[in-house]
Amino acid sequence: MGREKIREYAAAVGETNPLHLDLDAAKAAGYADLVAPPMFAVVYSAGSVAAGVLDPELGIDLARMLHGSQEFVWGEPVCSGDAVTTTTTVADLYERAGMEFYVFESVSLNQDGQETVRGTWTNIVRTG
Amino acid sequence: MALDVGSSIPELRVTPDKYLPHRYAGASGDFNPIHIDTEFAKAVGLPSNILHGLYGMALVARAAVAAVEGDPRSLKRLSVHFRGMGLPEQEITVTGTVTEASAGRVVLAMEAEQAGNRIIRNAEAELALAG
Repeated sequence: MGREKIREYAAAVGETNPLHLDLDAAKAAGYADLVAPPMFAVVYSAGSVAAGVLDPELGIDLARMLHGSQEFVWGEPVCSGDAVTTTTTVADLYERAGMEFYVFESVSLNQDGQETVRGTWTNIVRTG
Repeated sequence: MALDVGSSIPELRVTPDKYLPHRYAGASGDFNPIHIDTEFAKAVGLPSNILHGLYGMALVARAAVAAVEGDPRSLKRLSVHFRGMGLPEQEITVTGTVTEASAGRVVLAMEAEQAGNRIIRNAEAELALAG
């Protein structure tokens, strides 16, 4: 995680909280470095999920795929300088009402093995 | 601010400009052409390039954190359903209502609306209060 990436993400989503932009403010609030906004989880975990979505074994029809729902459960905050590793598994596959549901679960751990975020990504493919 | 059951949190109103999807693509790494290429988006039946759903979710997260004084550690869980499509250059309004409030914990029911279209529905945010 890098300071400029956190600042770039914060700017893109309109975050003005100094904890994401100003090193002194972040340290004064007890963070080791600039802290990432919670939804920055997308930046470091989506690549792992994409590998699953694109897995030819699953054969997802990308042209008909929609991101149906999303959940994140946050643990340890992520700061600049952290190294986070994400692992993604297929949590569920089912069909309902002419649609295929592909549910992926991602788990992200920091350099100390603490969980930073757990994501549940539900993609829907219309088959009807 | 009182976070009693039934009370509303302050609304967040944002109008993403024409180039927002490009900046969000760069920041997030999601360069799916339906978000950044108007011609491609129209060719696959969309009205224009559309906003990233996770950008809308980030606005919901901002509104939730702002409701509890803005420490990002407060947000413990956020789940959303994406419906409809968000478009650039139209105002988005994020709203939330307190559904549970107990010692140190608040749950909000939230949604994001744009031009009468509820682009994020059934969102639920769980927050831990400091102290």
